[in-house]
Amino acid sequence: MEGHSTYQPTNGAAKWLERRLPVIGLVHSSFVAYPTPRNLNYWWTFGAILSFVLVAQIITGIVLAMHYVPAGSMAFNSVEAIMRDVNFGWLLRYLHANGASLFFFAVYIHMFRGMYYGSYKEPREVLWILGVLILLLMIAAAFMGYVLPWGQMSFWAATVITNLFSAIPLVGTAITEWLWGGFSVDSATLNRFYALHYLLPFMIAGVVVLHVWALHVTGQNNPLGIDIKSKKDTVAFTPYATIKDMFATVVFLILLAWMVFYLPNYAGHPDNYIPADPLKTPAHIVPEWYFLPFYAILRAIPNKLAGVIALFSAIAVLFVLPWLDTSRVRSARFRPIYRQFFWIFVIVCIGLGYLGSQPAEGGYVIASRILTAYYFIHFLIILPVIGLIERPKPLPNSISESVLQGSGGGATATTTGSEG
Amino acid sequence: MANTDTADTAEPTRRDFLYIATGGVAAVGAALTVWPFIDQMNPDAAALALAQVEVDVSALEPGMSLTVKWRGKPVFVRNRTEKEIDESKAVPVSSLPDPVARNANLPASAEATDANRAADGREAWLIQIGICTHLGCVPLGQQGAYGGWFCPCHGSVYDTAGRIRQGPAPQNLHIPVYSFISESKLRIG
Ligand code: HEM
Ligand code: FES
Repeated sequence: MEGHSTYQPTNGAAKWLERRLPVIGLVHSSFVAYPTPRNLNYWWTFGAILSFVLVAQIITGIVLAMHYVPAGSMAFNSVEAIMRDVNFGWLLRYLHANGASLFFFAVYIHMFRGMYYGSYKEPREVLWILGVLILLLMIAAAFMGYVLPWGQMSFWAATVITNLFSAIPLVGTAITEWLWGGFSVDSATLNRFYALHYLLPFMIAGVVVLHVWALHVTGQNNPLGIDIKSKKDTVAFTPYATIKDMFATVVFLILLAWMVFYLPNYAGHPDNYIPADPLKTPAHIVPEWYFLPFYAILRAIPNKLAGVIALFSAIAVLFVLPWLDTSRVRSARFRPIYRQFFWIFVIVCIGLGYLGSQPAEGGYVIASRILTAYYFIHFLIILPVIGLIERPKPLPNSISESVLQGSGGGATATTTGSEG
Repeated sequence: MANTDTADTAEPTRRDFLYIATGGVAAVGAALTVWPFIDQMNPDAAALALAQVEVDVSALEPGMSLTVKWRGKPVFVRNRTEKEIDESKAVPVSSLPDPVARNANLPASAEATDANRAADGREAWLIQIGICTHLGCVPLGQQGAYGGWFCPCHGSVYDTAGRIRQGPAPQNLHIPVYSFISESKLRIG
């Protein structure tokens, strides 16, 4: 989709640079002249929100790193010092901790958006796969970050998650001890997690560049899921998308500010204000809310190795999603059956999240098993089958025609001939 | 083997051999270079220095336990009651999810009988690593359906000999190398 840059440098310095490194032209063609579909709705602003949060996490993280001490004996106290002694330390830490929470909130919305509008389908498979890769790196970054304050939840989360690798037959224990650098989670583990926690966000930034590159090669999908056919279907990125993205980011920042100033520990767990104690596990350990659905899947299965495999498969299945959905129609607006199963799937994911927060006993375990089974059935059976049996509604001829009819799409946009 | 120009033939040439040999040497060199970067993460010399701890257990009456920290892990030392021992002995080994003793002082194939779990010649004493074999939480003592240990993390239940009876944990609680160096002194490690 990306047209060649129309950027013409006017002043002398810009001309000089442009002939040697056309970087201004690159930015101009990607973020100014870049044609975006004219019917994008607010679900399309989450990419910009996510980019903003990534930068915010890196900035707050680097300043926290100036005060944090990654040693078992001092980590907890250094975080307490950040909270009490460092100037504005409480603000920086609450921004970083709640920023991580909202990062996941935004990425999940971003992914459900992709699922609803079929954004993973041909030709955007690589774009989607890079997104799943970013999710994996985010999970690793957030997990290791959560270990850093070295409270009880930090310590036991680190223990339970690293022990997942001990389920691997034969070499499991060796791998786990290699991860720990000892015979249990200890200072050595904390220190290496800190090094990786510092590194991962920059790796995420690298994959984000590839993600945006892939996006600009295929062009954005849109709520109708049909291709751009003419210039009439698009508007320029600047000012239209730029301003809309900025507005959405500000609304998102209000949410972040509300959490930071009024509910700074709402997403956290009080036990993490108790220093790590390797001899005592808290009575009820739960991961951060954004890992709860995966945690429920792990616990649903009464066998250690099978539980771990299910946990990893829950993410792995996302990589092959583009090939599991057999329908060629992208947007759920034109897929009456898929649209219902999409919402069932959303509810199942939220349900798994709720079950992950409850103790692993009785009815909760049974419910987790049913929802875990459904999660996989959705991808492996429902999606391939609906694509074959569903009769999609007629697609509009073009984005501009649908927009100018005023409905923004849907069943009203039928085949009323094409003038454009 | 002809060493003339063989671009069109499938016959391997001396040059092909040199390519493969060079590539092979480079691969071995790369692997050797990577190894220190991987191995540095393994437990270091200080962690490996086989730490031993000695504990005075003379104060433990039947029905009492204590927890010792060994290699960063909790070790449960328990002086079991008659009732606990009898309950454990009544269980046929064939009915256990994990039929082997997991006792580092015995051969790996030893059966999970009560005698093989308890200290040699001191059947009241049970010394085990207090780490759930599921995902590593510390189980709570004298809880759960079998009066042994209960892991709060994902609900594994162990009996009075520390053998897994219910839940996701695959193995009995592990028993470390230990010995009684006197009537009252226990050495772990
Ligand atoms: C992808 C972006 C990032 C995510 C999702 C993330 C996530 C987290 C989380 C969940 C915590 C625990 C917060 C708490 O409960 O206190 C944390 C702590 C921390 N992070 Fe990050 N982080 C990111 C980037 C960074 C970067 C780039 C740095 C430094 C260069 C950094 C440095 C720290 C430090 C020093 C702590 C410990 C202080 C504290 O607990 O607040 N983080 N991070
Ligand atoms: S760690 Fe004990 S049951 Fe999972």
